[in-house]
Amino acid sequence: MDKKDKNEAEQLTANPAKASMAKDAEEIEAISPWKDTLRQLRRNKFAIAGMGIIVFFILLGLVAPLLTSYGYEDQDLVNRLMPPSAEHWLGTDHLGRDIFTRIAYGARVSLQVGFFAVTGALVFGSLLGIIAGYFGRWVDMLISRIFDILLAFPSILLAIAIVAILGASLQNALIAIAVINIPIFGRLVRSKVISLREEEFIMAARAQGMKNGRIIFHHILPNSTAPIIVQATLGFGTAILEAAALGFLGLGVQPPTPEWGQMLADSRDFIQLAPWTLIVPGVSIMLVVLGFNLIGDGLRDALDPKMKNS
Amino acid sequence: MFSYVMRRLVMLIPVLVGMTLITFSIVHLIPGNPAQVMLGETATAEAIADLEESMGLNEPYLVQYGLYISDLLQGDLGTSLRSKAEISQEIWPYIAATFELTVFAMLFAIFIGVNAGIISAWKQNSWFDFLAMLFALVGVSMPVFWLALMEQWVFAQELGWLPAYGRENSRDPMAPITHFYVLDSLIHLDFARTWVTLKHLILPSIALGTIPMAIIARMTRSSMLEVMKSDYVRTVRAKGSGTFLVIYKHALKNAMIPVLTVIGLQTGVLLGGAILTETIFSWPGLGRYVYEAINYRDYPVIQSGILVIAFIFVIINLVVDVLYKLIDPRIKY
Repeated sequence: MDKKDKNEAEQLTANPAKASMAKDAEEIEAISPWKDTLRQLRRNKFAIAGMGIIVFFILLGLVAPLLTSYGYEDQDLVNRLMPPSAEHWLGTDHLGRDIFTRIAYGARVSLQVGFFAVTGALVFGSLLGIIAGYFGRWVDMLISRIFDILLAFPSILLAIAIVAILGASLQNALIAIAVINIPIFGRLVRSKVISLREEEFIMAARAQGMKNGRIIFHHILPNSTAPIIVQATLGFGTAILEAAALGFLGLGVQPPTPEWGQMLADSRDFIQLAPWTLIVPGVSIMLVVLGFNLIGDGLRDALDPKMKNS
Repeated sequence: MFSYVMRRLVMLIPVLVGMTLITFSIVHLIPGNPAQVMLGETATAEAIADLEESMGLNEPYLVQYGLYISDLLQGDLGTSLRSKAEISQEIWPYIAATFELTVFAMLFAIFIGVNAGIISAWKQNSWFDFLAMLFALVGVSMPVFWLALMEQWVFAQELGWLPAYGRENSRDPMAPITHFYVLDSLIHLDFARTWVTLKHLILPSIALGTIPMAIIARMTRSSMLEVMKSDYVRTVRAKGSGTFLVIYKHALKNAMIPVLTVIGLQTGVLLGGAILTETIFSWPGLGRYVYEAINYRDYPVIQSGILVIAFIFVIINLVVDVLYKLIDPRIKY
């Protein structure tokens, strides 16, 4: 121990408050921002509830064949519109299909749509946002105008237009939902990149002769992840809502594949006779979207300290 | 202010051009022969050739786009394949119906949302705050079409309090003047009809306005909480002003700035949500007009309907931006 360290150690022994502060500082330094975020998420009861809901539906989708002996296509016209019972936990629909089975298999469809649509929007939106924000000038002008144009349409309307062009199917609904979400991610990433572009560490990287690609992927992207993660989580819920809306309009997944929005559309003519055909798919959509919103809100609170008290 | 509005108008030009490019592409991106798709598989070669000729589908793309823009600038939105009528002639009643529904939905959303947000902030951490924010959270997550169907089931079919479909009593149709039925019934001084029209508006307005209401409530609450902590509010309180006066006269003015942005953005969401709500309530608005056109593969109506909705959306956003600057002159662009 050199003389300076010895002096510091003596001072800390003489001043317990200072010693405690130094200990705290060491602990704070030892926790990475991601660990801190996770710790804060674990303390947020709403976020935990949200995660519980999502895990439940993921498991429901994964183990669907183990939970039910019916197939999602199996029709039993004798037992159509049956109320919930021991045989059919959530009742049957107008074709005698088991609603629980269709909800469980429908969870697979909804979560898949959410995942692929958000991933597509995130990848393309982030890429365009980075290019626009980093290179600026006419590239930024062009990409920003494309974002403006896409955002000039109410999102579900644009999705309907895309499906009207490509034809109604799960794949096309997925493409439509991804496209309408691209400008949301793009703008978010662009604004983050613009603020980062002028930071000293980026200038230092440039001064060292680092290439643009390396600066973008090694320095800018890792520093832009927080808002992207929050938006992706919230975007999951929105994508599932949009997919359900397309399904409801008959522009998404085509029968007999079970999809919650389409199940709601099917229930329209039997609401009074069999209200469970309306309630169950609606509650499922709402719970999954609520789950992602709760996690997204929790993540935002954890990653953006300014939002904590609001 | 004038220069700001002019600048915003100039910035609108590329967006409008882009919008027309997208709506123009709707017909041209259809896989296969667009005329064949529009007329169906059973169409004769002659009918296909006629349609190609009348829509100019044989011309090069650039010429077609030029013709499309030239028609639009003259107010020609094309001809419906289904009704054979000029779209610019038949679209107005649909626009009026959607506008009326959107205005009532927004009024519902603003009145309930802003007041719930204010009370939540005022009584922070109370049971009201907890319940209002829980409801807001659930409201944001609710599919608008599910809420609409639930309303129809409970209030129209089970309780029979409100009508489930349409804009008016179909056995006693209105002689429209402006096609805004509430206004028309007032012009006719037929107050019984005004009541009937308002009753038809209640369920679709609530269904359409619930999500914006939830978002407005959350935004008002967080904005009010921030403003209520500011020095000038503390000063007003110290001068002895009552809570009501502090909130509604002093705090709300500043708290409303971010809320106004949300209101503007949500108006666009309403226009999108109108497609679903109008389909469920058989509301003869723009959304249903476009949706039915999709089912009939009436592409000129799809193109023009989408373009009109997007145009209204863009204009609303412009108005909100200008209002934003008027309310808060500190904002610089």
